[in-house]
Amino acid sequence: MTDRDLIAALPTSDPATLTRLRDGLADRAAAEGLLDVAYRTVDSPVGTLLLAATPLGLTRVAYEREGHDAVLSRLAEQVSPRVLHAPARLDGAARELDEYFAGRRRVFDLPLDMRLAHGFRRTVLTHLRDIAYGSTESYAAVAAAAGSPAAVRAVGTACANNPLPVVVPCHRVIRSDGSSGQYLGGPEAKRQLLSLERAGILA
Amino acid sequence: MTLPPFEHAVRDHGAVVHRVCAAIVGVHDADDAWSETFLAALKAYPTIRPDSDLRAWLVTIAHRKAIDGYRARKRAPVPTESVPDRVAAEDVAPDRDDTLAAALRALPDKQRVAVACRYLADMAYRDIADLLGSNEAAARRSAADGIAALRRVYLTDSIEET
Repeated sequence: MTDRDLIAALPTSDPATLTRLRDGLADRAAAEGLLDVAYRTVDSPVGTLLLAATPLGLTRVAYEREGHDAVLSRLAEQVSPRVLHAPARLDGAARELDEYFAGRRRVFDLPLDMRLAHGFRRTVLTHLRDIAYGSTESYAAVAAAAGSPAAVRAVGTACANNPLPVVVPCHRVIRSDGSSGQYLGGPEAKRQLLSLERAGILA
Repeated sequence: MTLPPFEHAVRDHGAVVHRVCAAIVGVHDADDAWSETFLAALKAYPTIRPDSDLRAWLVTIAHRKAIDGYRARKRAPVPTESVPDRVAAEDVAPDRDDTLAAALRALPDKQRVAVACRYLADMAYRDIADLLGSNEAAARRSAADGIAALRRVYLTDSIEET
């Protein structure tokens, strides 16, 4: 028997105990002001969504195709490395998203922390929140509304880098010819959201 | 190079740090030691170098928390006889070996810590020496003496049982 085999015979830690300890750590971190970024995932008709919040509000919604681990690593870099799985802070956001996907909610009433969007992109995203549920606007119209009619391409970039998709409705921005165009969650997800909302206003 | 999300440190090293805590302070106090360790680590996390060996860093904090715990409680070492009872009461994994855990708890502090750091956490002797406040040769000797003592107790016990 090698030294390592000998030590391997020591008791291992119970996974249920570790889960309980990790939950307790998230609670204490929040209570002591150390939870800079809390995150959880939610299931939705457009796949599993990652939700992340600072103490100020929801700061990130991410589709699976963005790579949830990569998104968490960027949050660690851009906001703070104090990132923990801590569902409690996101209970409200998870509930409102559930209601939205069930067709029972048209407007999100959540505190948002827009720190991941800067300058013109932020201006665009702020305007997007004024596009009503079930309606759409062209990239050109959004550019005009944001004060830069020539910046159609920049509007596309702002939408493609929207840190809060679904909640900040970049899916309501479509091409001038009426086709839905690109989407950071994939074109199929965009069509799904638009048809969900069309059904929502007819109901 | 930037620091990974703290959650990844918990995910990757949480189980090992819990085993080290159990080895150093006993199964009964391991949960508290783990919680204090990770809370202190979370607090200090943004200030450490991105290329730090996270496991060694966490184990070093755990060791310090264990010493703090002893000082705070100002208690005598837990009698060896009581350890198996406590292990049984905690509903740990079925591959536990109470005899071995008890033998580990009975080792002198430096040997116990050196064995836990080396064989549970795979730490370099250089890091173990820093943690113990000694030198690399002494850390190596503590681990070797500790493992030899465990081997003696454990193998003797196995022979008696068969």
